[in-house]
Amino acid sequence: MLLLCGCRREMYHQPRSDPLASSTLFANGAASRPLVPGTVARGHLDADEQFYTGKKGTNLIENIPIKVTRQVLERGRERYDIYCSVCHGRTGAGNGMIPQRGFPPPPSYHIDRLRQAPAGYYYDVITHGYGIMYSYAERVEPADRWAITAYIRALQLSHNASLADLTPSERAQLEGQQHE
Amino acid sequence: MPQIFRRRSNTIARVSILGSVVFLVVGGWALDAVWWSPYTTKVNVPIEQPVPFSHEHHYSGLGIDCRYCHTSVEKSSFAGIPPTETCMTCHSQLYIDAPLLAPVRQSLAYDVPLRWNRVDDLPDFVYFNHSIHVAKGIGCSTCHGPVNKMPLTWKANTLYMKWCLDCHRNPAQFIRPQEEVFNMQWAPPANQLAQGHKLVEAYHVNTQQLTDCSMCHR
Repeated sequence: MLLLCGCRREMYHQPRSDPLASSTLFANGAASRPLVPGTVARGHLDADEQFYTGKKGTNLIENIPIKVTRQVLERGRERYDIYCSVCHGRTGAGNGMIPQRGFPPPPSYHIDRLRQAPAGYYYDVITHGYGIMYSYAERVEPADRWAITAYIRALQLSHNASLADLTPSERAQLEGQQHE
Repeated sequence: MPQIFRRRSNTIARVSILGSVVFLVVGGWALDAVWWSPYTTKVNVPIEQPVPFSHEHHYSGLGIDCRYCHTSVEKSSFAGIPPTETCMTCHSQLYIDAPLLAPVRQSLAYDVPLRWNRVDDLPDFVYFNHSIHVAKGIGCSTCHGPVNKMPLTWKANTLYMKWCLDCHRNPAQFIRPQEEVFNMQWAPPANQLAQGHKLVEAYHVNTQQLTDCSMCHR
């Protein structure tokens, strides 16, 4: 026991701050300092206005400024399911679990106003929030915001597609599935 | 010259030899028991927090993904503790008068971060990185246990080096498909070892290096 009393734990708790650690040095009690406004990290000069704001001048841009591939859509679905579906629902109908528990429900993505909204609108809402929806800028990176926008477009299409939109082979495949 | 030792000294000698052996064995056993007990490891001991946050309610009850709050787990060493704004995303509208949530509202109002108490805290001489574990198919529940069933959060494993090495020596026992990493209900299939070896290969996990000292102690 005496030997054990000689043990010291200085290596376990070294005099440095872990991420988000507290500190008595600063007024708000946090060891990490907020970035000075206007700081640009290396490689993070957000010069591409359309990509980083969803706007051209003051107008929202109509189309998604990245190439939408299957990979982008899948990333968009994953991010949508993590961050958006809790309120907007997995299908975008606005009936996620949080509105079911009393949060004022958001509008469905399938109403005309939102189907006609430009792509930049979605980017802007994710970035800055809308009404009682908080900003998701801290949680969702710009590229992911566009991926989510693309996935919302896919959700909207899924509710408004007609048989005539399908190629004959896709139609045959679909009908084949029905008969199985 | 008189005898130095009396007759009963023989008994005392035997008893003390036996006694010291017993003392060492019992003492060793006791130390070991304390070392591995929840008293030291804090395993299964709920940690007191400024707000009694329930992972069970938020994950299992509401179906919120781990990454909704722990946003940096895929790209940083640190999984991230959510800022107060994340809590208030919902709680600006829900349970707005709940006394339990008063510290959250105060944190937002006065711009002073909540002081959560760490549940899993590695020694400072260990360099652990969440992102690489998540990227290579090590699921949340493998290390953090059934957090989806924790009304208050506790540590599920000792995080002793022996425990880390159990996996680093043979990750095939625990590795899972990447799409299951954030699934808290995932259970290893019957052919875990066979599948695990395939995943270790598919994800290019270099098992030769995993037990190098410098892997974790840099």
